Amino acid sequence: MQLAITLRRHKMSKGTLYDKIWENHIVGKLPTGQTQIFVGRHMMHEVTSPQAFEMLRERGLNAKHPELTFAVTDHVIPTDDCSRPFKDEQAELMTKTIEDNTKEFGITYFGSDSGKQGVCHVIYPELGLICPGQLVVCGDSHTCTYGAFGVLAFGIGTTQVSHVLATQTMAMDKLKVRCVKFNGILSEGVTAKDLALYMIKKTGVEGGVGFAYEFSGDVVDNMSMEERMTLCNLVVEGGARSGYVNPDKTTFQYLKDKHYAPKEDFEKAVEYWESIASDEDAEYDDILSIDVSQVKPMVTWGVNPGQAIAIDEKIPEPDDFTDKKKEEAEDALEYIGLEGGIEVQGTPVDVVFIGSCTNGRLSDLEATAKILKGKKVSVKTLVVPGSEAVKRHAEQIGLDKIFVDAGAEWRHPGCSMCLGMNPDKLEGTQRSASTSNRNFKGRQGSPIGRTHLMSPITAAATAIEGKITDPRKYLEEESL
Amino acid sequence: MMDEFKIPEKVITNIKGIAIPKPANDQNTDDILPARYMKEITFKKMGEYLYFDERFKEGETVEEHPMNDEKYKGATILIAGANYGCGSSREHAPQALHRFGINAVIAGSFAEIFAGNCASLGLVGIIVPTEKITQLAEYVKQNPSTEFDIDLAQKVIRYGEHVVEFDMLEGRRQAFLNGLWDAMAILQKNEEKIKETAAGLPYINFK
Repeated sequence: MQLAITLRRHKMSKGTLYDKIWENHIVGKLPTGQTQIFVGRHMMHEVTSPQAFEMLRERGLNAKHPELTFAVTDHVIPTDDCSRPFKDEQAELMTKTIEDNTKEFGITYFGSDSGKQGVCHVIYPELGLICPGQLVVCGDSHTCTYGAFGVLAFGIGTTQVSHVLATQTMAMDKLKVRCVKFNGILSEGVTAKDLALYMIKKTGVEGGVGFAYEFSGDVVDNMSMEERMTLCNLVVEGGARSGYVNPDKTTFQYLKDKHYAPKEDFEKAVEYWESIASDEDAEYDDILSIDVSQVKPMVTWGVNPGQAIAIDEKIPEPDDFTDKKKEEAEDALEYIGLEGGIEVQGTPVDVVFIGSCTNGRLSDLEATAKILKGKKVSVKTLVVPGSEAVKRHAEQIGLDKIFVDAGAEWRHPGCSMCLGMNPDKLEGTQRSASTSNRNFKGRQGSPIGRTHLMSPITAAATAIEGKITDPRKYLEEESL
Repeated sequence: MMDEFKIPEKVITNIKGIAIPKPANDQNTDDILPARYMKEITFKKMGEYLYFDERFKEGETVEEHPMNDEKYKGATILIAGANYGCGSSREHAPQALHRFGINAVIAGSFAEIFAGNCASLGLVGIIVPTEKITQLAEYVKQNPSTEFDIDLAQKVIRYGEHVVEFDMLEGRRQAFLNGLWDAMAILQKNEEKIKETAAGLPYINFK
């Protein structure tokens, strides 16, 4: 019965990383029956914090653990000219507000002059602030990204941000745990982004509600930290609040030289981190196995991340669906301006956006550069590094030159065209190829703009041809 | 144990009023509150921006939109489909609903973060099976001035001659009934236990 499936919190899971971290952070049971949990790391940004600080002021409260709290401006910051004051008065006020608030409450803020600024879910991991075993929250749904490090990380709302600021705790209900196993041989041109979109298509955008996802399997074991972050970043698009990968040597290697990661205590930390991984005999509430040999580069055709197909598939027709899903498909096709039954490949686009907390890291830019090297883009293409550190590193190895030579725009770090809160927006009915995480109606800043989600290499190939393009043709060329 | 922790002035037992039918599935928080309005640093005006891009197109009011429709003026209840409030965690979305006048949402199901955000504001979210959502929406379209009574203690919705059971997380239901949905006070109470838990986490002090 639907009610039972959605609400049943019958906790069958045992010995998983989720269970261990949850147990470690329990303060106690609240009179309502919810659990009060301690928050080990509270990450913040400018959009979901101003009202929270105001709530504290109204109650005459201080931040309980400012030393466990970190902040940045990423959503509203312009990526072309970020000199102050910003031309957009609201953006300027919002940025000034977080600067003042973090100063007043004693919270570390990574401003543009710190050399550490960038998209929140890119900078906090690269600074080594996210380590296995932590419970991490942020007023942002893509907080689940940090799960790549074997942490319990999830998004919260502004009022909950005020609870965490004031008490370093919040009220929560325990989730069930679904083990998602990716096994098999990954084909060329298939990336973590494609695996995530494939998974969400399978489960539906609602399939993960009530769950935390544990990602495992050979394919995940072989993923880099950045690929794991892409995978975990997208769990929320499938309804799951949290997703994680068990910490392993890849994790420890990544953290070894990072600024805020343990140094003197590194070995002690590794012992603790190893203990937090799911037990061999851990039990799960559900198991989903995915054979990756079936997966091809993916692209969304509709108005939610679950409306996706392989790059060489035809867009579904409304008659392929039943009941409400049929209406939804009709509505989606009307909005996106495409017809069912035709190939999605070859759809012309107006803008390409490569960046975001999903795919704005160095390896994403490296993959993009491989495709764009020696080529020219035929449409407006924004390449937005996820952080100042990513930008510096990319420039050290000459990636910026490849992008600029190709005719793309090399920008400053920020959320950019992901969500229409800064000058990088779609106009009118423009159609974009985007490496971000949501293709909802109006998402990229124009109420009638159209978004197609895809991986960085698919976006790069699309930028060259000016239409949605299979990246594999460019990979073949590369290897010649 | 419950009575000690009651906050009488915040107790919510019933939500009464007429309902707006908007039974589509997967309505996301970008639909409910477009991102550009999140550049305001207070929630004060969020009620004005509710479903803005659906309700107003190129400066024109979309008269047939349920939120613009005169028939549903003054509604305190929203009827929505499955996976309501999916997408971004923006609390601006439930703030918009609440400030518009909505005190309860009856949905096929809720997205996790959104459901928690509603509860934080005292906005009640209850679940009925999707077939029932379709029925309720049809009924309201035919009988727009129907008075609903959502009874949290009995876990039923009463309208016309009908009584429908609903579901919700028990902890949340208790929170509304005891006025503890505003969790700040109860979270602040346990200072000693909070310190203990922090002390048991080695990573807090790793150098």
